[in-house]
Amino acid sequence: MKRPEPVQVIKQRREGLLRALVEGVPYIGFLGVQFDRRGDELTAVLPFRDSLIGNPRLPALHGGATAAFLEIAAVIELAWSSLWDGVEAEGALPEGSLRLPKTIDFTIDYLRAGLPRDAYARARVNRSGRRYASVHVEAWQDNRSKLFAQATGHFLMPNPEAGA
Amino acid sequence: MSDPETTARSFINSLPHCHALGMRLDSIGAGWAAISMPYDARLIGDPETGVIHGGAVSALMDTACGAAVMCHPAAGVSTATLDLRIDYMRPATPGQTIRTRAECHHVTRTVAFVRAVATDDDDARPVAMATGAFTVDRGSK
Repeated sequence: MKRPEPVQVIKQRREGLLRALVEGVPYIGFLGVQFDRRGDELTAVLPFRDSLIGNPRLPALHGGATAAFLEIAAVIELAWSSLWDGVEAEGALPEGSLRLPKTIDFTIDYLRAGLPRDAYARARVNRSGRRYASVHVEAWQDNRSKLFAQATGHFLMPNPEAGA
Repeated sequence: MSDPETTARSFINSLPHCHALGMRLDSIGAGWAAISMPYDARLIGDPETGVIHGGAVSALMDTACGAAVMCHPAAGVSTATLDLRIDYMRPATPGQTIRTRAECHHVTRTVAFVRAVATDDDDARPVAMATGAFTVDRGSK
């Protein structure tokens, strides 16, 4: 029987894939979005900062910041889950730069005001074909069962041959 | 009682997230608003092409839609997004300012229905379009 890989090798590879997806995108850094990984499960985290405020009178997170956070969570989950099997089987990241899926449309449902504190999001790929994918994403703050926003988006998958 | 356009203008300029994204209120009228966002390398979504991230375009369109509601004569002093759908029709050309114009196309006592179009220097081909429903808060004007 094949010996299982050392845990550090596995962790390094998975963290490497996550970093390769996230660190190349300036806007993810601009918003301050981070990803918490447990095995193949990703949770996007939006640490609160004053520049995310939309309505200073409440104060509440800007709907646009919430939309961007959900879209980032959806795109990274989609790219991550589409690359996972290959990276695990090969034991290495794919050659060349990683292309992210492109958003076709994105519909955000605002359920309650975003409070001035950290927010979390998890995305689920409902359908992923060769060209198109549909992803649902849910975001919460204090209670996982009390979502403050959810969204569904359609994405165009990168074409590996054309590099597009 | 202040002019609602002046109120909307100063309100938008005071929003920290809009300030962080470099948004500017270009013009505003009864039930419509035009807001632009100059190109900024920090907002790039695709480092290979330099195209602005869809999330920044979403924030711009959400702001423009909210502003259009706030300056509608039948709507009110504040609003919140109920839902927003954005169609990304083409990547915005890197280096160019993204401009969006949002318009209330129907306002009831409780809900404002808003549409927005975003363009870059080529205003014949939209970069993105948005459709949303916003709350109407008549408050005390």
